[in-house]
Amino acid sequence: MQTLTGAQILVQTLVDQGVDTIFGYPGGTVIDIYDALYDVSDQIRHIVTTHEQHAAHAADGYARATGRTGVVLATSGPGATNLVTGIATAFLDSVPMVAITGNVAGSVIGTDAFQELDITGVTLPITKHNYFVRDIARLQDTVREAFALANSGRPGPVLVDIPQDVQRASFAFEHKAPEAPRPHRVPKPEVIAAAAAAINSARRPFIYVGGGVIASGAGKEVIELAERIDAPIGTSLMGISGVPTTHPRYLGLQGMHGHYASTMAMDECDCLIALGSRFNDRATGDRSKFRPSGRVVRIDIDSSELNKTLIDQVDVRSDVKTALVELLPLVERRRHPAWKRKLTELRACEQSFEDVREGLTPRSIMAVIDRHREQDMPLVTDVGQHQMWAAQYLSFSRPRTFVSSGGLGTMGFGMGAAMGASIATGKRTILVTGDGSFAMDMAEFITAADHGIPLTVVLLNNGVLGMVRQWQSLFYGQRHSNTTLERKVDYPAVVRAMGGTGMRVSSLDELDSALEEALASDVPTLIECPVDRDEFVTPMLPPGGTMDDLVLNMDDVRKRLQG
Amino acid sequence: MNIYSIAIMVKNEYGVLNRVTSMFRRRQFNITCLTVSETETEDLSRITVQFEAENDRAREQLVAQLAKLPDVIEFREFNPDESISCELLLIKMANDHDQRSDMLDAADAFHAKIVDYTRESIIFRIAGTSRRIDNFIDLMRDYEILEVCRTGIISLERGNQVLRNVQTN
Ligand SMILES: Cc1ncc(C[n+]2csc(CCOP(=O)(O)OP(=O)(O)O)c2C)c(N)n1
Ligand SMILES: [Mg+2]
Repeated sequence: MQTLTGAQILVQTLVDQGVDTIFGYPGGTVIDIYDALYDVSDQIRHIVTTHEQHAAHAADGYARATGRTGVVLATSGPGATNLVTGIATAFLDSVPMVAITGNVAGSVIGTDAFQELDITGVTLPITKHNYFVRDIARLQDTVREAFALANSGRPGPVLVDIPQDVQRASFAFEHKAPEAPRPHRVPKPEVIAAAAAAINSARRPFIYVGGGVIASGAGKEVIELAERIDAPIGTSLMGISGVPTTHPRYLGLQGMHGHYASTMAMDECDCLIALGSRFNDRATGDRSKFRPSGRVVRIDIDSSELNKTLIDQVDVRSDVKTALVELLPLVERRRHPAWKRKLTELRACEQSFEDVREGLTPRSIMAVIDRHREQDMPLVTDVGQHQMWAAQYLSFSRPRTFVSSGGLGTMGFGMGAAMGASIATGKRTILVTGDGSFAMDMAEFITAADHGIPLTVVLLNNGVLGMVRQWQSLFYGQRHSNTTLERKVDYPAVVRAMGGTGMRVSSLDELDSALEEALASDVPTLIECPVDRDEFVTPMLPPGGTMDDLVLNMDDVRKRLQG
Repeated sequence: MNIYSIAIMVKNEYGVLNRVTSMFRRRQFNITCLTVSETETEDLSRITVQFEAENDRAREQLVAQLAKLPDVIEFREFNPDESISCELLLIKMANDHDQRSDMLDAADAFHAKIVDYTRESIIFRIAGTSRRIDNFIDLMRDYEILEVCRTGIISLERGNQVLRNVQTN
């Protein structure tokens, strides 16, 4: 038994938890923690970002790419509030994260002391739970609890706020193993039987894959289920990479910008098997009109998600993998020739209006990226049209390789998340970003260059806030209020000035060789690629619309804009 | 809108009430009545909440969210037929000579107890169902009400059902 300061206890407990990387930013109320980190720099790597928000996104990217809990550290007051968007992003996408903040000493809490801020109050609605550590005797177990909570059940961010007096006090310390993972709840046999019965009586089954498939590592079981019951597979944005996109049963992304065949098949199925998905409004369209024609079997670890948007038929409260392992033996092997014919028709129809234009179209840009990207490289996106094109057109054969902010849709997520994903996996990482998003997080090129993080950033520069512009074009009479950026900034020059490599391409061939060069380099590299400002993300199911309102492709867009 | 009632056992720590009520706020449920008190176990508090919800589904959703809070140890929704609920009322009335005997008769009919008596005012105390208390207040409107304070509802299930404190630390 040894006596350590609170700051040392924190750091030793992080080591006990297996933490190897922290993203953060120093400041007055975490100076003791940084002092303690100094002693363990061979065990914990600390990356100073240029902004705490991006440190939080980096911890998030670290977690999404590996499933291991990401850790972020920030000082009180402005450091803590800068974390808020990052924590909220992780919360909405159920990403395990522990955020540690310093605070002023307990004796002055409540006096509006310099940089005092009630960060546990601020983050109450965006954390799974948070702690203010008042007593050093509770510090070690609080941190252990925070890690257990962040990565159990439905994962999510947990914040631990540690006042300076606790960091400086001394207390006995003994190493302890992490809290044992909480055992998976095994669903009741009668619930599994009911789910199996619904699936066995289906003639047009459809499997909808959400983020829970990735979180529970259930890709293999999902494929097995699909094979056995002869069902196609669609995914939500969060479900992408949960099953290989190249699998013959894979129909693609579902929802507002989903693939045609996938969206239609979900609409026409008689048994919707939803695995670890929230069914949010971007996935279902108008919720009040979203009434699947048949039965619904939902498996979700979070009972508060069940029943949320749909009148469910069968709810299975469990992590996806555990439930599927129980379910599979009860599911009968079936063939559905008529359904299969229908799906073939849908795919043929989808192909008939596929984008086959030549030149620098979003689809062809993604095709070039796809050719160069090795399947184990994380692919990260920012938020906007470029994100949807990446989600629609890139292929993924391994789970956790698609990293994107779904629930909160956070522009400025990309650079931080890409750094986190690259550091966590030790892989080169590709970021697909837009000119609006990149302007929010490009300062992180400084961090990436300093640490030699091998990022390849493909900036799709359309000169506009494309996603918003698309809505203005379609629903606001083409009144493009404040979405035309056309900024004068020379992006390649900017990243060069920050220590990176910058290139600009103007054809697919140039993109091809630029990617080749970038992916061989250890210096983070930006490739700026122009995109026409009037490219739309299609298909698009307008908000509140039904399948009849679906905007199919650019020809269809033009017709609508004229008509 | 329907009215629902739920009892929640929580850790007896600062900030916990805030976490619980914040769940109602976030989902925009109106709390119509709230009581909090310590229990037979020192480190647990009991919160009784009455709230409005559109329908059973909305209520189920809220309860599932509450169940996820790490500070919530146990909870139980109340079925009015199988539980005992009551409230306590303190009401301060003007002690007006002309109306005094009428008022005292009315109070007597409700078995209200006089807990304070001065030349200027009388404080009555009664316990009972919310309905009974509403009725009593309504009756007192014939005279001059100076101040009203009610505790809010507390509930226990009938019979030997207990909200167990499964785990505490
Ligand atoms: C932080 C933040 N602010 C605003 C928005 C709203 N928004 C969504 S997409 C978008 C446009 C994104 O522009 P850009 O990064 O250039 O991508 P593009 O759509 O042009 O591909 C905006 C402003 C957002 N999602 N996040
Ligand atoms: Mg843009």
